[in-house]
Amino acid sequence: MSLTEEYRRRESSITFEAEPAGEGETHELLTLNIGPHHPATHGVLRLLATIEGEVVRDIKPIIGYVHTGIEKTAEDKSYWKVIPVVERMDYVSYYFNAMAFCGAVETLLGIEVPPRAQYLRVLHLELNRIMSHLVWFGTSMLDIGALSVFFWCFRERERVLDLFEYSSGQRMHTRYIQVGGVIEDIPRGFAEKVREFCKEMPTRADQYADLLEKNQIVIERLRDTGTVDEQTLLDLGVTGPLLRAAGNPWDLRKAHPYSSYDHFDFKIPVGTVGDNYDRYRVRHAEIYESVKIIEQALDGLPEGPHITTDRKVALPPRHELATSMEALIHHFKLVTEGFRVPPGEAYYPIESPRGELGCFVRADGSAKPARVHMRDPSFSNLQALVPMVRDGYIADLIASLAMLDPILGGIDR
Amino acid sequence: MPDATGLELAAQELSEAIPGSILGTEFHRGRAVLLADPPHTHGVLERLRTKGYSFLASLHGVDYYPEEPRLGVLYELLDMQRVDRISVKARVPADAPRIATVTDMWAGANHPEREVFDMFGVEFEGHPDLRRILMPEDYEGHPQRRDFPIGGEPVLFTYNEEQNYGKYQ
Amino acid sequence: MEIERQPLSDLRVRQLQARDMLRGDLSDEELERYVEERVLLTTVEKAVAWGRGNSIYPLTFGLACCAIEMMTIVAPRADIARFGFEVLRATPRQADLIILSGRVSIKMAPVIRRLYDQMLEPKWAISMGACCSSMGVFNNYALVPSDKFMPIDVHVPGCPPRPEALLHGILRLRDKIQGHRREGWRERYDAVGTEEVLPQADGDSAAINVYQPGDTAGA
Repeated sequence: MSLTEEYRRRESSITFEAEPAGEGETHELLTLNIGPHHPATHGVLRLLATIEGEVVRDIKPIIGYVHTGIEKTAEDKSYWKVIPVVERMDYVSYYFNAMAFCGAVETLLGIEVPPRAQYLRVLHLELNRIMSHLVWFGTSMLDIGALSVFFWCFRERERVLDLFEYSSGQRMHTRYIQVGGVIEDIPRGFAEKVREFCKEMPTRADQYADLLEKNQIVIERLRDTGTVDEQTLLDLGVTGPLLRAAGNPWDLRKAHPYSSYDHFDFKIPVGTVGDNYDRYRVRHAEIYESVKIIEQALDGLPEGPHITTDRKVALPPRHELATSMEALIHHFKLVTEGFRVPPGEAYYPIESPRGELGCFVRADGSAKPARVHMRDPSFSNLQALVPMVRDGYIADLIASLAMLDPILGGIDR
Repeated sequence: MPDATGLELAAQELSEAIPGSILGTEFHRGRAVLLADPPHTHGVLERLRTKGYSFLASLHGVDYYPEEPRLGVLYELLDMQRVDRISVKARVPADAPRIATVTDMWAGANHPEREVFDMFGVEFEGHPDLRRILMPEDYEGHPQRRDFPIGGEPVLFTYNEEQNYGKYQ
Repeated sequence: MEIERQPLSDLRVRQLQARDMLRGDLSDEELERYVEERVLLTTVEKAVAWGRGNSIYPLTFGLACCAIEMMTIVAPRADIARFGFEVLRATPRQADLIILSGRVSIKMAPVIRRLYDQMLEPKWAISMGACCSSMGVFNNYALVPSDKFMPIDVHVPGCPPRPEALLHGILRLRDKIQGHRREGWRERYDAVGTEEVLPQADGDSAAINVYQPGDTAGA
């Protein structure tokens, strides 16, 4: 097949509705291929844009360029080993991936997570939420053209990564959240460092706002661009800051609290119009709320074990291995085979920085999961790009894509 | 989640409305699952949607190999007003993997159904654009089926370093 | 090319020497020594390689998690601008270095190969992270190790590698460009003889893991 025939076959599924754009304007439609390598896409996303002049008439996202077969790999490993595999899915919010998976497995096992572990999980999840919003902020403002914000946000991000390194030893993909709790208790000095960070973070977020909020260029590019109404978003399965910017205050932390989120007092920022500016404001305000949650978690951190005491699921502490025979046997069984999960299926949804992240685990009684499926928020949110950019300029397409916050690792899995 | 009795009531109601649509129910660890007959799944979902479960949280496939019917399509529905979740499971055999699409009710089912087609081979009748989404367009096979090999490269040690990819010349 | 840095204590002496030279007051051998200390003699290749190595323009190419760590080396804390990587170019025509940061899936491999072909000589490639160097965490049907479809100069291990690790890889690449032969690890740690296939008596073996003293490990 010649190259042009191949090309035509591929774009044959794009609608070619040529509406007249005005007097004397051109009616010819051009198919422009944006990506998979493009300075503005967040990750390797390919967009086939049908444009008329500078106006985008239709768009077709093509994904699959980072498809890693995470779900297939997860079927091959024991439950403990699936956690690092699944963490690398949505690679900016890795604690959330691990939390969803561990939550699903804990539901299937029917074990209780101790309260200290729940508070520690919430602490790290909210730190990760701040970090994810910082990355989003930096890269999306980079797309819009504000370069300083990128450097400032990544400077803050380094502080958060230092905290992660303090508590777990790794900057990214920390395997901190395990089935039954967290892998290790927080070290001495961690709480003070987190409090320092929490004192400074709101000031920094104010600085970002000062830089951007009254900037004419940012306002012109973000205000009234990419507006989608709430019902379309609900039909498309969109959750998270996108839905909240459109006015629907749906947040799983408040609606269906998990891991003791109901002990904390925080607000949900909700937008009004649903344009890009609202999305930016919603995410920016969420940073302040996350700081509040972290401070409350530190203040109310209960004493107790950091992982479940059920030795059939969690490793026994090292000092017990020298004295107790059962501990040694449990350790051996857990490390070689892993724990077995009774047959069943579970779907555990949590609120990730992008929306509802759900993990579906099917267990068949053996030590390896029979099916792991992560319902990624960006996968559904990407479908919202189509109504967002219709009849807007290409520059608005870039701004909308930035405000959508897609993470291709989660989309492609 | 509806509790066990709520689930049974819902199942009964749906069986009366569309006879033969509910093959069974499962209630495990607080999660309610309705087992639906593949030809009637669209009707079941439509009735659940009017009942209040208007948000499709997830649409995904499961391979129940070696139990028949092998390929399952799961719909996770969410009722935002009452904060209630219910799941609908439809199992299709691998030699006739066809089920009706739900893109007419939820536009957001477009990409998930394409993914189920790509990974498991379930064809959705009425889908506007059923193509592979994650694998290359001309890929053969459905990777996430249980009998598809996991693939990958052999691990390189020094004794087999030469036979493998190693240095690109 | 070695550049000797003069210690700062000689500054006053050098200032007086420079003043004398400009006035024409230096004697013949003093003038000769003066010129020798301040003029570099090198070959054109070495000078060009020195320039090339100190001003590489990477391509903005991020695939997955390693891309986030690659963005942190542009960010203030670990800063590659101080090594000359001032600008990250978005178009392959203007870039020298492609850093494959992240997992390469089978759909993406031909795209990367096309990008690499579009880059102009001289060009280098760094494979960052475990997923593109070997298969990394995911040894399955969907990934391709980057060695299979394009030549790679430096592999940086890690999942994801710390920014300092990536910087180390970049500096090793710079050494390679500038022609410094860095000794391989087998000489540094005197590790000859621990391979699975031992050197044969006649010294001429088909195994590529056996290094004779003096070989570099390709770094």
